[in-house]
This record gives sequence, C-alpha cells and structure tokens, in this order.
Amino acid sequence: MRLREIAHSRTGDKGDTSNISVIAYDIADYPLILREVTVARVRQHFAGRATGEIVRYELPQLGALNFVIQGALRGGVTRSLALDAHGKCLGSAMLDIEVDAKD
Amino acid sequence: MKTIRLGAGAGFSGDRIEPAVELAEKGRLDFLVFECLAERTIALAQQDRRRNPAGGYDPLLAERMRAVLPACVANGVRIVTNMGAANCLGAAEQVRDVARSLGLKGLRIAAVTGDDVLAAITAGDFTIEETGEPVSALKDVLVSANAYLGAGPLVEALDRGADVVIAGRAADPALFLAPQVHAFGWAWDDWTRLGRGTLAGHLLECAGQITGGYFADPGYKDVPDLARLGFPIGEVSEDGTVVITKVEGSGGAVTAATCKEQLLYEVHDPARYLQPDVIADFSGVLIEEVGPDRVRVTGATGRARTGHLKVSVGYVDSCVGEGQISYAGPGALERGRMAIEIVAERLRLTGVPCSETRGELIGVDSILGTRQQAGEASPREVRVRFVGRTETMADAVRVGNEVEALYLNGPAGGGGVAKSAREIIGVKSAYIPEGLVRPRVDILES
Repeated sequence: MRLREIAHSRTGDKGDTSNISVIAYDIADYPLILREVTVARVRQHFAGRATGEIVRYELPQLGALNFVIQGALRGGVTRSLALDAHGKCLGSAMLDIEVDAKD
Repeated sequence: MKTIRLGAGAGFSGDRIEPAVELAEKGRLDFLVFECLAERTIALAQQDRRRNPAGGYDPLLAERMRAVLPACVANGVRIVTNMGAANCLGAAEQVRDVARSLGLKGLRIAAVTGDDVLAAITAGDFTIEETGEPVSALKDVLVSANAYLGAGPLVEALDRGADVVIAGRAADPALFLAPQVHAFGWAWDDWTRLGRGTLAGHLLECAGQITGGYFADPGYKDVPDLARLGFPIGEVSEDGTVVITKVEGSGGAVTAATCKEQLLYEVHDPARYLQPDVIADFSGVLIEEVGPDRVRVTGATGRARTGHLKVSVGYVDSCVGEGQISYAGPGALERGRMAIEIVAERLRLTGVPCSETRGELIGVDSILGTRQQAGEASPREVRVRFVGRTETMADAVRVGNEVEALYLNGPAGGGGVAKSAREIIGVKSAYIPEGLVRPRVDILES
C-alpha cells in the first residue's frame, strides 16, 4: 500500500532545509506510519536529493510526523537552479513511499 | 471571556485581493493582517529603493488599501501589515493619500522602522549562520540586512491609536501577536500566552493555506470552490485559545486536517519555534473540530526568548541564464536529451563560463531526478530546461540564446522557446543582540 492511502503531507522551506509533514487521515494508522516511515526509509526514498541530516519529530496526539531534511534544496531557495527551488513538490513525492500494513 | 477576531487578508505579496474585502465586509473582524514579505522580497525591495528613493514598498499596497479601507473604516477594523518592506514611511504616505482620495479623514497610519541593521551588522563582528564566515566577507556584495522585529513596536503603534500599522521586516507571526498583546494586555514575560498567540499567528499567516488552499488532492482531499477560497479568521480568547474559521458561504474548508498541515508548515523542531518575542512550543498542540468550518487549537506553550533577532542578509550572488524548448511525438525523449547535450557542448565551445548547470526534461526528471520506473511509457512530449549560473549578465543571456539557437541548429521539431536571464540576490542569515536594534514608530494622519 502506498503511504498516500493513509496519510497526507505538506512541505515547507527555510534556507537550504526542507520540512515535510506526514499526517495520518485516521489516527489509528499512526503506529503503522511510525513503524514504516523511518528516517532510513525517507533517506532511501529521496536518495540523491536528501544529502544532509534528517531528523524526525513525532506528534502522536495529532497522528503526525515532521521530517526536517538539511541540504535538500540544492544550496537554498534563493540561489538554487532547481525548477522547484522551494522543494514544494517533495511532500507529494513522500506519499509514494510503500508501507507494509502486515504485522 | 473576551475574544477578538483576526483576519488574514494576504499570505504573500501577490495574493488575491477580494478575499480580504470579503473579510472586511462580512468577517466581523477587529483586525485585518496582510503578510506580504518573503525572505528575499526585502532584499529586492532595498535594491528597488536604491534605484528609486520613493519606492521600495509593496507594489500592490495602493490597490489593496483602496479595496479594503472603505469597509475597514465602516466596520472599525484596524490593519496590520509588513507591506512597508524597505520604505515604511513612503508606504504610510501612500496609504494616507489613498485614504484622502477615498474621502476618509482622520485615519491614523503608523510606520514602524528600525529593522534595517545594515550599518550595525557591517560595523560589528557577526557570523553568517549557514557558512560560519564573518559577515564582513560579503561586504562587497551586501545589498541589505534586516532584523526580524517582534511585536513590541507594532503594539506601541496600536496603543497609540493607529488604524493602519505598516511594518517592514517583522516576524510573520508577530503581525498577529501584536493585536492580541494590544487587546488583552499580555505581559512580555507571559511566555505561555505569547506562545499561544504565536501559534495563532503561525496558523493564520499564510492566509488561504489553512482554509483549504494548497490542500486539494482530488479523490483524497476534496475542497469545495477553491476559486472563491475564503481567507481565515482566528477567534482568539484572552487565554490564547484560538478557533480557526472563515466567512460563511465562502469557498474552501477549515478542518482538523487543513490545520494540521499548516501547523507543521515551515516548522522544524515543534518544541522550539524561535521567534523574537518567545520560543513557542507546539509539541503538545491539540486540534479539534467544534463545528462546520470551525477548528479549536489549544495546548501551545512558550519559553523565554533568546534575546537575539534573526537577520536576513541579502547579497548579490550570481547571474542565472535559462532557456526552454519543447519536443513532441515519437522520439521526443531522445531529442530532448540530445538538445541538452548540444547546449552543454556549445557553452564549452563558445567559452561561456558556468559555475553550475542543470539540463533536465520537465515532466520527466526535473523535480524528482532521474529515477525512472521500469516499464514506464515514453512521454508523448517533453520540455527541455537548461539553466546555468554565471558571473555576468552578458554570459547569462548567452545561456538562453544557445537554447533558442536549437530552433535552426538542434534536433528536429523543437518548438516554443522561452528564455530569461536574471541577477540572483541570495539571502543568508545572522543573529544580532536585540539591544542593537532600535525600532521606531511614526504616525501620519489622513
């Protein structure tokens, strides 16, 4: 199952750092998301793009995770040559992660 | 318990105009806040002012004010904005002129200045946060240095009776925190309430992003009537609790999900949201739907502020040249890739010095990189994008020219060339002790 089936996401930017939220539609899916959407999985998913440190913050009462990815914006919003310099599209791409719903 | 109603009339400088008019007319507001100043906009505004001393403030200021002032004056709605950018006094004069032209006499317009710290930051020993270099290393290319002011001077302006408060670089949530501190008389060391007021500001500052804008995903997250998106209202209580809502009958939706996405937008550690007035803590926030398009947000706290203000340092970074061209039909992908190789080789052959280039196919690999799924069908059309960083504008222009020359000299069937060349103003950050920043409030009357 793709993460998109159980979660939604938005990306924010500050300098060369991107933050990507992953929010469960149904808070009952939060433990599954917590187990499956790890820093290692996110690094693998954005291989080549997320070069710096990745930190995951947990907000269990909201069923939400917040990933903070350093160095994700190719030198920062103001000087990046990338088409999507803000990395605004990364949240939607995050939802492409495959999650294994089996225990 | 006393409550006030704050509306968000714009979330960026080019935002829609009519939602703010709808708020001013039907929102039963006390305050209408316009957040229009992005990280880099202040540096561009400083450059603009250097070319034209009467300019340097938001280009849509007069249009927005002409649209909302009649309803704001009729309904007793006071305005707070950062549309002053690099010239708050000039902006205040323009608002005064707009008010007079509308026959609105006696309107008090405050200009908040003091965020320009270019002199202080070049005189002192300060460090660029991202690189660890001294600020002085940038001195030949520095364009601007603006500190993020807190709510203090904005509250002073409201306390002195301003109907319109015009700031430049102030922290975005502070534009919303100020009316709360003014209305409720919160103490400057009441960290819990300042944290809650900051949360309300953070939720509201991007306007439509909390009422269903930037949210819709058909079949998964459906939002009604985005073309008539209503902008948000925050009903704040004296204890700092906020209910997010919107004008009845407007487009969009306020749900727990829209509020959660906005809560984490541009937040790093939710327990440490650094602001000039407080370190806000959103880690224990609770979000609860309490009615149709009504969401209550509680549980923020705060801790003592750091005593330092973040400074946006603008500098001339480089120039960038860009060209785009499309290919379609069988073999579009191969011809697009060939076009990229030709442009790269042309820049080498003709000696255009680029410190960095990107050649990519929009719709294929421009956003997510080259990871191609096995068995993916060849696209029916591609758009080549070639971009190069140069030292001079003349060289940047040559990048786009080489893409354009593919018309007659490149692969078969290229069409729809667009090209551009621009100077890049980069923005980096530094921190300055708050004592070195001296805000000032001047009030004009229409």
